[in-house]
Amino acid sequence: MNVFDIFKKKSSGDIAKKRLQLLLVSDRANCSPEIMELIKNDIIKVIAKYMEIDTDGLDIQITQTDSDGNNGSVPALIANIPIKELKHGK
Amino acid sequence: MSEVIVITSGKGGVGKTTTSANLGTGLAKLNKKVVLIDTDIGLRNLDVVMGLENRIVYNLVDVIEGSCRAKQALIRDKRYENLYLLPSAQTRDKTSVSPEEMKALTDDFRKEFDYIILDCPAGIEQGFKNAIAGADRALVVTTPEVSAIRDADRIIGLLEANEIKKTDLIVNRIRMDMVKKGEMMSLDDVLDILAVNLIGAVPDDENIVISTNQGEPLVGSNTPAGQAYMNICNRVLGEEVPLLDLSGGNGFFSKLANIFKKS
Repeated sequence: MNVFDIFKKKSSGDIAKKRLQLLLVSDRANCSPEIMELIKNDIIKVIAKYMEIDTDGLDIQITQTDSDGNNGSVPALIANIPIKELKHGK
Repeated sequence: MSEVIVITSGKGGVGKTTTSANLGTGLAKLNKKVVLIDTDIGLRNLDVVMGLENRIVYNLVDVIEGSCRAKQALIRDKRYENLYLLPSAQTRDKTSVSPEEMKALTDDFRKEFDYIILDCPAGIEQGFKNAIAGADRALVVTTPEVSAIRDADRIIGLLEANEIKKTDLIVNRIRMDMVKKGEMMSLDDVLDILAVNLIGAVPDDENIVISTNQGEPLVGSNTPAGQAYMNICNRVLGEEVPLLDLSGGNGFFSKLANIFKKS
């Protein structure tokens, strides 16, 4: 990080753009908070079979990510799942 | 061949009515026969911006219901004899008109006019559906703000879903001084986010307030917004017009440059 960056406040125009990009991804995906909650619960069920996870710390959201092939970005579901303990295989 | 254009935005207060008035007046200036239709039933405004509020006898709902003929309800503009306004009804609501009736009306006007311009109400309900029913193309107005752009994105999606063939974007109220400081999203930022063709950028201009006060659209006048709107009119006609340089600010050096330009 540049020393001068400390003094440089992030401009509000950039903040607006970032916020909009995130907002529109979920708007366009037409994913309501209820559906997100359902997805979250299902993910917990599946992962819990194999490892012990921190269900309170689990966070999922739809964001934008750069696609590999064609230029431009595509929506992606990002899940942050903290693991408490790996279950050892039988 | 005539064209039906709807001016829409989703969010209120971004300049739909001002844009409609200036587009209509500008096209009339360019010798096209134009009718402006205010489709915001219950919240009539276009008549005031055009300065024609004292001449209203019949309105859109009267025509739809058959209480009068379309010709009787049309108001001729003060300055351009090839420009007409069909005012909205102030004491009725959106359900007085159906999308089918609106489409029939706009199709009927095609025989008479080169351009039929519909000023759409804010929102995405009945009024919006009525306004877009007969439209060939749409101009979506937005400002460089998070809320307005979010709504514009939704509107663009809805226009696509309703098979409007051509959708273009107008970014209104740009303040280059703020964009330069990074405190406002730039045109490129907006176009990055909304994947749609830009047809015009209008600077934030106090002359708009003055022209609205007087009830005379400023399109074509020697003001930043007046030039920007005239460019939009020419682009609507299919001409290639480069984007206006909005940075021509009120700084000392640009004033100095202007003095030399004049002499």
